[in-house]
Amino acid sequence: MFRNQYDTDITTYSPQGRLHQVEYAMEAVKQGSAVVGLRSNTHVVMATLKRSASELASHQKKLSVIDDHIGVAIAGLTADARVLSRFMRTECLNHKYVYEEPLALSRLALSVADKCQVSTQRASKRPYGVGLLIAGYDQTGPHLFQTCPSGNYYEYMAMAIGSRSQGAKTYLERTFEQYKDCSLEELTKHAVIALRETVSSSKDTELTSENTAVSIVGKGTKFTIYEDDEVKPYLAAIESDDTEPAADAPPADSTAMTDA
Amino acid sequence: MSVLRPNASVMGLPYTAPGNAPRGFTLGEHVDPEDPLEVGNSSNPHGKPRAIGPMGRRFQPYKNNGGTVVAVSGKDYSVIASDTRLGSGYSVPSRNVSRIIKLTDKCVLASSGMQSDIAVLHKVLRIRLTQYQYAHHQEMSLTAISQMLSTMLYYRRFQPYYTFNVLGGIDAEGHGWSYSYDAIGSHEKVRAVCSGTGQNLLQPILDNQVEFRQTAPEKKPEELSLEPCVELVKDAFTSAGERDIYTGDIVELAKVTAKGVEIEKFELRSD
Amino acid sequence: MLGELEGTVVFRELLALFPTSWLERISSHPSSEAAEKTVTMSGFKLTSGSGRFERDANVQSSASGEPIRHTQRPMVTGSSVIAMRCVDGVVIGADTLASYGSMARFRKISRLHKATDMCVVGAGGDLSDFQQLTTMVDKETNRDYCFNDGHGLSPKAIHQYVARVMYNRRNKMDPLWNYVVIAGMQNGDDGEEAKPVLGLVDLVGTHFESEVIATGFGEYLGLPLLRKAYREDITVAEGKKVVEQIMKVLFYRDARTIDRVQIATVTKDGVDMGEPFKLETEWSYKAFVDGARAGDMSTW
Repeated sequence: MFRNQYDTDITTYSPQGRLHQVEYAMEAVKQGSAVVGLRSNTHVVMATLKRSASELASHQKKLSVIDDHIGVAIAGLTADARVLSRFMRTECLNHKYVYEEPLALSRLALSVADKCQVSTQRASKRPYGVGLLIAGYDQTGPHLFQTCPSGNYYEYMAMAIGSRSQGAKTYLERTFEQYKDCSLEELTKHAVIALRETVSSSKDTELTSENTAVSIVGKGTKFTIYEDDEVKPYLAAIESDDTEPAADAPPADSTAMTDA
Repeated sequence: MSVLRPNASVMGLPYTAPGNAPRGFTLGEHVDPEDPLEVGNSSNPHGKPRAIGPMGRRFQPYKNNGGTVVAVSGKDYSVIASDTRLGSGYSVPSRNVSRIIKLTDKCVLASSGMQSDIAVLHKVLRIRLTQYQYAHHQEMSLTAISQMLSTMLYYRRFQPYYTFNVLGGIDAEGHGWSYSYDAIGSHEKVRAVCSGTGQNLLQPILDNQVEFRQTAPEKKPEELSLEPCVELVKDAFTSAGERDIYTGDIVELAKVTAKGVEIEKFELRSD
Repeated sequence: MLGELEGTVVFRELLALFPTSWLERISSHPSSEAAEKTVTMSGFKLTSGSGRFERDANVQSSASGEPIRHTQRPMVTGSSVIAMRCVDGVVIGADTLASYGSMARFRKISRLHKATDMCVVGAGGDLSDFQQLTTMVDKETNRDYCFNDGHGLSPKAIHQYVARVMYNRRNKMDPLWNYVVIAGMQNGDDGEEAKPVLGLVDLVGTHFESEVIATGFGEYLGLPLLRKAYREDITVAEGKKVVEQIMKVLFYRDARTIDRVQIATVTKDGVDMGEPFKLETEWSYKAFVDGARAGDMSTW
């Protein structure tokens, strides 16, 4: 049942210098369905794969609006994500209240990371079991951040987290250099194709308008979520024109299975 | 502490003799018989007035920056307007300070009174509306906003927002309504209302022209449509600008219809 | 009452609505702890007026049994600040006198403060309150510097921040007795050209932006002159002359002014705080000497 005797307490290091509870929390992120984010010089696009608990259930939402200029995609425990989302919304509202200016993304990512860090250092707490992609546009342009349960946070050109995200990451690593000057259409296409890489190895899942959601934010564009009927054009775009970027795409990556 | 007191003069505006003071209560400067620091307060326990520092002033937390706000609503529209003059005493520190805020696509608020309280009230309203949107995934209705505004004002019952609000918009059925508030949240749902320094000048005109009060019995009331209503409001402001020194410069006028909110501006006299 | 606030965003201002004398009672309210937590949930302080709860828990009484009174009157004061927004920048000027009542107490102080590379804050009113305020603004800009992420407070943000500070303090009946003028260049979004910004905040939190601003005595004597001199295409060079002229007019008539002024400018190249200089004054005009009308021994 236990991997070792050092993982029952969040504040106890293993002799190897690891905090196992924190690492388990990082594993929770990998259990969540995949989310992909990538940015150009003007926009940030995120694409998410939604799961439903059963045939009878609706799909769990993965994207949420934080402010006009910021949104997040979540992978991991959705309930924990709700808490962090509310925290981020409050941060944005408070900042706007005092300065009448939108909160900078780097500051928001930092305050979320700080919040996550606190629960890695207190015996009475449990780390948040959620990873976030924070996308937004501020005074210094478009940004994409990732936060972890460990309290680490990183800025990315493109990133994918969640189950089988390795396939998407491989695709992103191969193509990210073109994103900088991409048009919004091309960028969303890359996002959806990258997302498709996370399901291409499984027989029974494919991207549909029910399980896919796309978000766009950027210069002159408020954070907007496209799902259900509104996401259909983005899916159609990669169907109809499966040539250019898709041809470059690697075949379904078998290593992706190691994440599951 | 400053207290609510009927017909007290208002700091920032010149003293108004009680006989001519606006009806209802006003806030601000008053003589506190218990205050030993009050200059010229003969009833103070130390027997003689004390100087109050080199500048000879005491802090007054309230100030009236003047301004007139109007909301007139018809069957399927609402017109909300406010001038943009910021008054302080006999000065006009700024001619273009907006007192009007679009809350939703169906609701506009205009507030007169103290500018800093107005700004904060509008900020807090914005936040509450955003949070409602996050929680319910829809915009707040006119009726919900009207109630929330009242609650927010009453929340500061003992240190009120010195603001006089008129709210206008169209409700869930598509009917236009105006709401009028006092500083601490008492409110009334009406057709046409005016608040602020031009209230005494304009309210009777609106009563007569919109609700057909005090009209000859043979005169048939006719429902006002949007365009004549806008003209009426413009005339009302032009008239108030002539007679009220705290109203002038620019008027911002919002037309709320099923199509959304359209804001236009026009100039008043600047003297 | 405070219990209702749990789970909602709580702002210091909303909590600050109680008269000071009530705060002891609030502090002992069972749910005050919860309310306090909600207030501080943001990593950033809403205002620098921290320590409110600690301080108010120890409300002291004066001899008469009343709660202590905060700054309800200014002591050492500065007079007017004159400022004009021009097409290529902003000009802001103030004299260098701090008076103690009618006494010219400090003759060479500066009432202008460089807040950022693109923003100057100037003030009339109580000098110590202004110094407190500049400390608070510096704390904000220092924090931004420490983040080292390319973000800093814009002049508009500083204007709003000062307005929040002033409003919070007036709610506590503990005002910063100042009329604060904020002048700066606001960077446009996406490399648009920086735009000049000029704003005012007063001791009760009234705040607005305007093309011309004059505070104190200058509101009466200077503002009309500023408005007359203002053109949409007036340049900083011209604006500087206008402000100097108005400072001179004020020196002739405002008894709390000195003939030493400092005029700062903010342009796209940054802040130039300007060296304090002596105004050239001319007292030998015939009207000054003889009176306004011939044979009239009255003053002008």
